[in-house]
Amino acid sequence: MSEAENLEPLSELGDYIAEALGESIESWNISFDELNVALKPADIVEAMRFLRDDDQTGFVSFVDLCGVDYPEREQRFEVVYHLMSPKYNTRIRARVCTDEETPVPSLTGIYPGAEWFEREAYDMYGILFTGHPDLRRLLTDYGFDGHPLRKDFPLTGHVETRYNDELKRVVYEPVELRQEFRNFDFLSPWEGSHYDLPNEGVGSEKGSD
Amino acid sequence: MAETSVRNFNINFGPQHPAAHGVLRLVLELDGEIVDRVDPHIGLLHRGTEKLMEYKTYLQAVPYLDRLDYVAPMNQEHAFAMAVEKLMDIGVPRRGQLIRVLYSEIGRILSHLLNVTTQAMDVGALTPPLWGFEEREKLMVFYERACGARMHSAYFRPGGVHQDLPQDLIDDIEAWCDPFLKVCDDIEGLLTDNRIFKQRNVDIGVVSLEDAWGRGFSGVMVRGSGAVWDLRKNQPYECYDEFEFDIPVGKNGDCYDRYLIRMVEMRQSISIMKQAIKKLNDEGAGPVSLLDGRVVPPKRSQMKRSMESLIQHFKLYTEGYKVPEGEVYAAVEAPKGEFGIYLISDGSNRPYRCKIKAPGFAHLQALDFLCRGHQLADVSAVIGSIDVVFGEVDR
Repeated sequence: MSEAENLEPLSELGDYIAEALGESIESWNISFDELNVALKPADIVEAMRFLRDDDQTGFVSFVDLCGVDYPEREQRFEVVYHLMSPKYNTRIRARVCTDEETPVPSLTGIYPGAEWFEREAYDMYGILFTGHPDLRRLLTDYGFDGHPLRKDFPLTGHVETRYNDELKRVVYEPVELRQEFRNFDFLSPWEGSHYDLPNEGVGSEKGSD
Repeated sequence: MAETSVRNFNINFGPQHPAAHGVLRLVLELDGEIVDRVDPHIGLLHRGTEKLMEYKTYLQAVPYLDRLDYVAPMNQEHAFAMAVEKLMDIGVPRRGQLIRVLYSEIGRILSHLLNVTTQAMDVGALTPPLWGFEEREKLMVFYERACGARMHSAYFRPGGVHQDLPQDLIDDIEAWCDPFLKVCDDIEGLLTDNRIFKQRNVDIGVVSLEDAWGRGFSGVMVRGSGAVWDLRKNQPYECYDEFEFDIPVGKNGDCYDRYLIRMVEMRQSISIMKQAIKKLNDEGAGPVSLLDGRVVPPKRSQMKRSMESLIQHFKLYTEGYKVPEGEVYAAVEAPKGEFGIYLISDGSNRPYRCKIKAPGFAHLQALDFLCRGHQLADVSAVIGSIDVVFGEVDR
């Protein structure tokens, strides 16, 4: 490890990256001793190329790519990239925001390892990537419908499979729950949980329907 | 000469194939005996772990981690525990750290033993798995004696480990260490200079270091290509910085180098285990998990005496604990590579998002890259060498 040119404190590295990338960066910060950089989707490929090739950063190792869903935001999806620099022993987290329709440029040209991670993000969230060689579903079943990790996708799913002995094959049927799905709210009633009481209607605008 | 139409041949490898190490379906395009293209179809073991974890409290999410890489369960729990601890800004008592190190190394040996010996089986040797599985069985008994389960341990929990180790267990582990080195010698005697094993593995699945990084490789896969890189040394977590051990590094980046590295790593793990046992014995009894009651419930004996403990216990097992808002990435050097947890908390008692970065996922993705131009029989050697377990690839 060359200690001399090592931008040891993360904030120096952040400053350096912010200066070099200029307009491509929307914001950056350090939390929990980790460097976070928010990038503009249009510039992601160039920014990543810089992070990989520059002598002061050297983020050659592609660690992870994943989607995150925030349904309440206007641009509901975040694509989060984790990179690592073995040369300087640092990590960086980059992110871009997008929505259901807007595709994000694919990183497969820079990090070949991004291919399956992008396929997974597409599969799980429906995030689209441009320039991806083969954007198919990856983890879900053949012919699966929907994007299971979205917050509005039910935990129980929509279809279930079983072996039908009469047809002698596996059949897909709508999910039928023997017991209603119970999503307990265990948060303490003293600390901000909200309950709609049937009578009184205090503090609750929701009438019974 | 008459032109004959020659077409490539597509075959299905798996989903049920002994050399697929689980449920892997490969669509192979062959030109004669040469592999033209590999298209792995994964997800046959997809259980939606990440989605399920979003609906569980932090403690309830721990057992899901065991079911990822089920040959070394505790190493996965470790990453999750570290992520939660980082978000909550809590530490682990000294004895808890040593036990974590001890069991992480047991997990490493468990995984490497399975991998090395089944890789040998994939290329035609039957004896190594029989010898290796005997030792794995003994290690699983150590797992069982620590936490009650052979595989799905739920032992490393945020704040420490679940229970203390009895002294006779520590003694038994110590007594197991040295004879195991003899078993390593035996297995190496079978494989290292074996002509067939070398013919099947040397110069197969070669990957350069640059490719390895860019394709998201980690662990043995980058060390085999010459990177001096081990998170236990480079980004020490727990108390690994106090331990002395060497990192084996390969030169050629082929299957054979990766096999050699795994063998050396098992010996190094034994050395770490011995050091950990010595420290455990020297430092004596102490707490193994946090005592302040924020994340770890009180002991049963306390609950019999104190109403507050009873309430605390009930609260922790129903409501769970709240984790402050934020996002962290915590990674450990799992046997297969860098296993990371990217955890986003919204301040409630459940993870908002928990992305599991499994090393095998990136390694399997490169199968096409590694196998192209090799013969069909080499595919199984490469699969054995990249060390995939479908619990973690499919999640």
